[in-house]
Amino acid sequence: MNVEVDVKTLVIDEQEVSARAGQTILEVARENDISIPTLCHLDGLSDVGACRLCLVEIKGSNKLAPACVTNVQEGMEVSTDTDRLRKHRRVILELLFAERNHICSVCVSNGHCELQTLAQEQGLTHVRLPYRNPNLPVDASHERFTADHNRCILCTRCVRVCAEIEGAHVWDVMGRGIDSMIITDLHEDWGASSCTRCGKCVQVCPTGALFDKSKIGSDHPKYPDFLPYLNLMREAR
Amino acid sequence: MTIEELEQIAASVRRENAAYDYEVNVCMDLACASQGADKLKEALLKSAETSGKKVLVRRTGCMGPCSHGPLVRVDPDETLYHKVHAGHARAIVAGLGGPPVAELQCDLNEHFDSQVRVVLENAGYIDPEKIDDYIARDGYKALLTVLTEMTPSGVIHRVTESGLRGRGGGGYPTGLKWSTVAKAVGDMKYVVCNGDEGDPGAFMDRSVMEGDPHRVLEGMAIAAYAVGAGKGFIYVRAEYPVAVSRLTTALREARRRGLLGNNICNTPFSFDIEIRLGAGAFVCGEETALIASIEGRRGTPKPRPPYPAMSGLWGKPTLINNVETYANIAPIVRNGGRWFFNMGSERSKGTKVFALTGKIANTGLVEVPMGIKLREIIERIGGGVPAGHTFKAVQTGGPSGGCIPAEMLDIGVSYDALLKMGSIMGSGGMIVMDDTSCMVNVARFFVEFCMTESCGKCIPCRAGTAQMFTLLTRICSGTGTMKDLELLEELCSTVKEASLCGLGQTAPNPVLSTLKYFRNEYVEHIVHKRCPAGVCAIQVPAEVTA
Repeated sequence: MNVEVDVKTLVIDEQEVSARAGQTILEVARENDISIPTLCHLDGLSDVGACRLCLVEIKGSNKLAPACVTNVQEGMEVSTDTDRLRKHRRVILELLFAERNHICSVCVSNGHCELQTLAQEQGLTHVRLPYRNPNLPVDASHERFTADHNRCILCTRCVRVCAEIEGAHVWDVMGRGIDSMIITDLHEDWGASSCTRCGKCVQVCPTGALFDKSKIGSDHPKYPDFLPYLNLMREAR
Repeated sequence: MTIEELEQIAASVRRENAAYDYEVNVCMDLACASQGADKLKEALLKSAETSGKKVLVRRTGCMGPCSHGPLVRVDPDETLYHKVHAGHARAIVAGLGGPPVAELQCDLNEHFDSQVRVVLENAGYIDPEKIDDYIARDGYKALLTVLTEMTPSGVIHRVTESGLRGRGGGGYPTGLKWSTVAKAVGDMKYVVCNGDEGDPGAFMDRSVMEGDPHRVLEGMAIAAYAVGAGKGFIYVRAEYPVAVSRLTTALREARRRGLLGNNICNTPFSFDIEIRLGAGAFVCGEETALIASIEGRRGTPKPRPPYPAMSGLWGKPTLINNVETYANIAPIVRNGGRWFFNMGSERSKGTKVFALTGKIANTGLVEVPMGIKLREIIERIGGGVPAGHTFKAVQTGGPSGGCIPAEMLDIGVSYDALLKMGSIMGSGGMIVMDDTSCMVNVARFFVEFCMTESCGKCIPCRAGTAQMFTLLTRICSGTGTMKDLELLEELCSTVKEASLCGLGQTAPNPVLSTLKYFRNEYVEHIVHKRCPAGVCAIQVPAEVTA
């Protein structure tokens, strides 16, 4: 039997790699141990291209392209770690730290936080921008989980996992711009919402915004790796 | 409806109009209406009835020079009266046939002479709620000609030949966009009209939709035929209630005349249009956000590709053009692509409608050939800045555009020239500023607009515009430092290069262009704690002594 596979070859950071047509730059880079920082992307969820940390340079184009939603093309030459990209990533991370109240020392996710890890990787030692210090609520109405909006970076992973994987679509975004906020149902308390208590949103949350009440004050690592496996098993059924 | 029937309607309207000796046209666009144009029209009707003269009093769309409103034009002599009120009605009607009423007459020849009217050709001449008025001025002739005599690829060829570029701001070649959608494979295709005009100080699209709605419908129907679409949507912001009601009337009348619906003009071509209202989000003018909004989802942009031409409304190939782009289509079809191509500058063809506002004598709508010098628009057509003041800058392109200083006024208006100057063509807002405007404050105003209109999806735009606003507020209040200015420039670079959609990518333009041409004003605020224009309230801190 003759199975046709459309294979593309391209260059990422001066390394020649091959890919299937339809794969994204991010997928191919990670297969080849080339690291590209991401926040809103999570294996197993749809991509929205919102955090802009995975921007890469493609030779021949002056525009930066988000690696998570840009498909590979034959002969493409991609750079993932240039001065220009590092500068933008730094500013984006600074913007996130100054946007809400991210105080690592009192956070349940300290040491297990994707935002914190990224900042360390990018060598971010201080924030030059003025802190906005918004007055944000903490929703502890749920019997098992808590939503601390001070630590939310609006990556919408919780929104997507709830809609796409759990199928409940309890989470969504309210308001716009700097006033955007993650809400449950039509801005009901989480505890009074139609939440199925599955806890997927807590596991995929990259920061300490969504956390398990039983883990307060102790190590709170999260395990979002169940998603690709879950998807695989569902497809196999 | 066939071409013969269309001509019969046109002939009968002309016959009816010929029965009158005089036509008194009253501009009832928003600016004139807000100053009592409706009472004026009532008064004119009453005076005309009792005068014994054969007078037709007609409501029309925007005539142009809004600052002179309410406007009345008397035909056939084309006498223009300005600042007319109900009390003047009797004198105007009495003066018909004799010399014009001197005290009301206004000389705006300079204002009109350098204008070329294509999009606005009917504005001020037809009643926007009467389809027959439009038909009498060659309306729908282009559509029926296209349906009976041209192939879809022939139509696209004509549009490509004209060199028309998208009037919404980006300037993407319209013919290329049409042929992409035409080539896209799909059992269903859509045509969308973007009427979500949101730039502060821009009202071109509103005037076209309110003053000549059928022109937009005709352009859309021709586009639908060319790309093979069966359904159209007009996305209008709900803040334009008059435009919505005029479009609704126009759709009803066009359906009744068989110019929309099934088997138009007895051909297999069927097409209808639905109106969708925007709920007041600026970002919904971005095409992917507009699509999301029409589909009933949250209006946030999506990364492109896939482009709407491939995967738009409900995943189907979708053609999205701006109101003014569609308004250009019927004349291009009627007069040929070369006719349009021969107007304008090298790479920007045809004419462009601008909404002239700010510190200028003749505010209002103007339509000029591309390539015209900015100086001519501002000084000749606009009548210059008020006496005693000096021109400082003109802001084009709304919050995505930039400020152009006096020394660049002799450059011709085109997509490329404006881009080179750090601004954009945008949809056509033009805000003139004189020495009483503080450029830092202007930049702050536009950044505030982008901050509140950001959808919040991507970080550079959501948090970046908010930080830019904070830094600009500091500078305006005299507490800024040179370090803040450095930071501001770095933020501008990231917001411009890293944002997801056009709103974010262009949000820093007002800051970047004012920094380029008016950097000294920023420095004045920071170092000397002084606002050169006297706009910003800077509190000089009391000297602290030990």
